[in-house]
Amino acid sequence: MSSKENKPKPFYIISSLVENKPGVLFRITNLFRARNFNIESITVGITEKPDLSRMTITTRIDEAILDQLVKQLRKLIDIVEVEILDVNNTVYRELALIKIKAKDFTNRNEIINFANVFRANILDIGIESVTVEVIGTPDKIDAFKNLILQYDIVEMARTGVSALQRGE
Amino acid sequence: MNNPTMSEMSGAKALMYSLEKEGVDVVFGLPGGANLPIYDALVDAKFRHILVRHEQSAAHMADGYARIKRKAGVCLATSGPGATNLITGIATAYADSSPVIAITGQVPLNMIGKDAFQETDIIGVANPCTKYAFQPRCAPEIPEVVKKSFYIAESGRPGPVLIDIPKDVQQDVTEILFPDLIKVRGYKPIVDPDLSNVGKAVELLLSSERPIIMAGGGVILSGAFSELQAIAELIMAPVVTTFKGKGAFPENHPLAMGPIGMHGHAEANRIILEADCILAVGARFSDRSVGRFDEFGKGMNIIHLDIDPAEIGKNKSVDIAIVGDVKSALRTMVKMLSKTITKKNTENPWLRRRKELIEYFSENIKDYPRELTARKALKKLRELLPPESIVTTEVGQCQMWTSLHFDVISPGTFFSSTGLGTMGFGFPASIGAKAARPDVHVVDVAGDGSFNMTENSLAVSVLENLPVIVFLLNNDMLGMVAQWQRTFYDRRYMGVHQKSCPDYVKIAEAYGANGIKAQSMDELEKAIKNALKSEVATVIDLTIDPEEDVYPFVAPGTGLKDMITGA
Ligand SMILES: Cc1ncc(C[n+]2csc(CCOP(=O)(O)OP(=O)(O)O)c2C)c(N)n1
Repeated sequence: MSSKENKPKPFYIISSLVENKPGVLFRITNLFRARNFNIESITVGITEKPDLSRMTITTRIDEAILDQLVKQLRKLIDIVEVEILDVNNTVYRELALIKIKAKDFTNRNEIINFANVFRANILDIGIESVTVEVIGTPDKIDAFKNLILQYDIVEMARTGVSALQRGE
Repeated sequence: MNNPTMSEMSGAKALMYSLEKEGVDVVFGLPGGANLPIYDALVDAKFRHILVRHEQSAAHMADGYARIKRKAGVCLATSGPGATNLITGIATAYADSSPVIAITGQVPLNMIGKDAFQETDIIGVANPCTKYAFQPRCAPEIPEVVKKSFYIAESGRPGPVLIDIPKDVQQDVTEILFPDLIKVRGYKPIVDPDLSNVGKAVELLLSSERPIIMAGGGVILSGAFSELQAIAELIMAPVVTTFKGKGAFPENHPLAMGPIGMHGHAEANRIILEADCILAVGARFSDRSVGRFDEFGKGMNIIHLDIDPAEIGKNKSVDIAIVGDVKSALRTMVKMLSKTITKKNTENPWLRRRKELIEYFSENIKDYPRELTARKALKKLRELLPPESIVTTEVGQCQMWTSLHFDVISPGTFFSSTGLGTMGFGFPASIGAKAARPDVHVVDVAGDGSFNMTENSLAVSVLENLPVIVFLLNNDMLGMVAQWQRTFYDRRYMGVHQKSCPDYVKIAEAYGANGIKAQSMDELEKAIKNALKSEVATVIDLTIDPEEDVYPFVAPGTGLKDMITGA
């Protein structure tokens, strides 16, 4: 890998309101595929208006590509609104469920301690594993994940980011 | 029943009324099991139905019609294979921003997703090559869907829209309401350009010494011919076009330089590199037009005017972007410019340079010493064809020769499959164009390989009384591919020989059309005159040398400066 590829690209959150009807997600993901847009996470859920869903995309790409991505999204007729959120003025959270291998009592205790520091919840304890729920920014979840890598992660599920602009 | 606002009828009948309300006067199609109710309703429709021999041609006809009429063309097909046959035509229209409405039958709602007989997920297939695809789920949705389809297809940057109607939705008889107003809340085409940017563009143009205008297909789509000419004459800028923009500007005008690009005019490819400011109008800086993106435009200011915001900065970053309708933006620029420019600058080094380049390249491009060449044939065609005639092409050398050697005089009378490069497009599209403008001559400049692909449309031309002229530059080769194999693969020919099969004069005659073989300039002249008088389609089968190459050209992956002239 060249050093250029190693340089971290800026993190963006794109928030959009889309028609809540069949086929919409297909059109959006098809666009990503056809235009070779690389996205990190995508979440879709209902909003306060029953006919609109909110779709949140996070991505790390160059600004020029971001600009194209947003313009191409805006062109999709099923997308009613698109905006790039200002990360510094946005509340955003992701939820991760992580099942961690814990062979013995000491392992379990250490993991529970780490979880406490991260204000993560222990959802399940088995004889050989602990399942933890972490909520936070993707960075925080990454930090927790890196910390418990020493114990072997059995399985992990992340929801992707939900986000809203701060203030009115 | 006239213009019903609400009444009880079948979905298929509602479709007919909806199409009538959009002013449709002709549809091109072919029936099958899943669109029988539509065909039954067509019996009583007020518009004309033209039966095609292959659905691909129906889409090309609708496309050719749309490009000349500058409103949506309509084609019909049944589900499954009928619908998939349309796809090449739909993708062709999409690549060239042409408003085509494709209406397909679909298996009944309760069969969808069951892999029923002749079921294809055409919404899924069409997605990447349509502006939108609808599937009305009940008959009362049809009028609204049709209205939205026409609105989406024709507005903003135009493009094809598909309407896939399940058979039971066509049959369903119910109360149906016809809306006069529709709203598509996720669709907001920008029309009015940002005035402050127009002002900046005007300043930049005024301060530049070597301005050039690059006109693209957007000028033709918006019909901004007189505005373009006005602005060129005000700032005295040479005008090059993209290939799609060929004919946006009269090619016999003293400022015209012809198309740039892979098979552009040498002088156009050269002068654009010497400009200090380029005004790109309704063009998208495609690789075919500008060669390498990283090389093109270095050291010059670029003003980009386009209706599609997503085109700005897609291939080329620009200095000033104006998003909006080309016609209205140009009109504003002309107004602003004419306030400042009082005296035209007709004698300056830049215009002298233009002349110099034209003179230089008129002698420094490889030519062929034969009596009958594609170049001479096309010059002869231009001489004998009335200026308002419509000309289209197939794909290959025939297309590139037309770009190089056939001057379009009356703006908006030329089109070709420039974006997708679809062999077999030109002939059916010329029939569609003839349906739109029966009062003028329509010519398809064809290669034998391309014409072979959709020649069965001769039946449509003859039976529907839509006589067009096929100007067949017959080199007995898939010539363009052969040229590449000659140039880049050491003459290792593979898959290019047509072996004199079929005999195109006999093909024409078999369909009841007029077939003429021409092997000399004399015979060619007679053949053209004969074709112009013919009441049926004429195929002029012109024998040309299989070794005649198209020059100049810019090899793919290289820049305009690397143009090969062959001389
Ligand atoms: C449908 C389709 N298939 C293949 C091609 C690739 N192709 C481009 S030009 C060409 C040769 C065209 O031959 P012909 O129509 O005889 O025209 P000529 O080049 O000889 O003038 C081919 C095969 C294409 N453009 N379209």
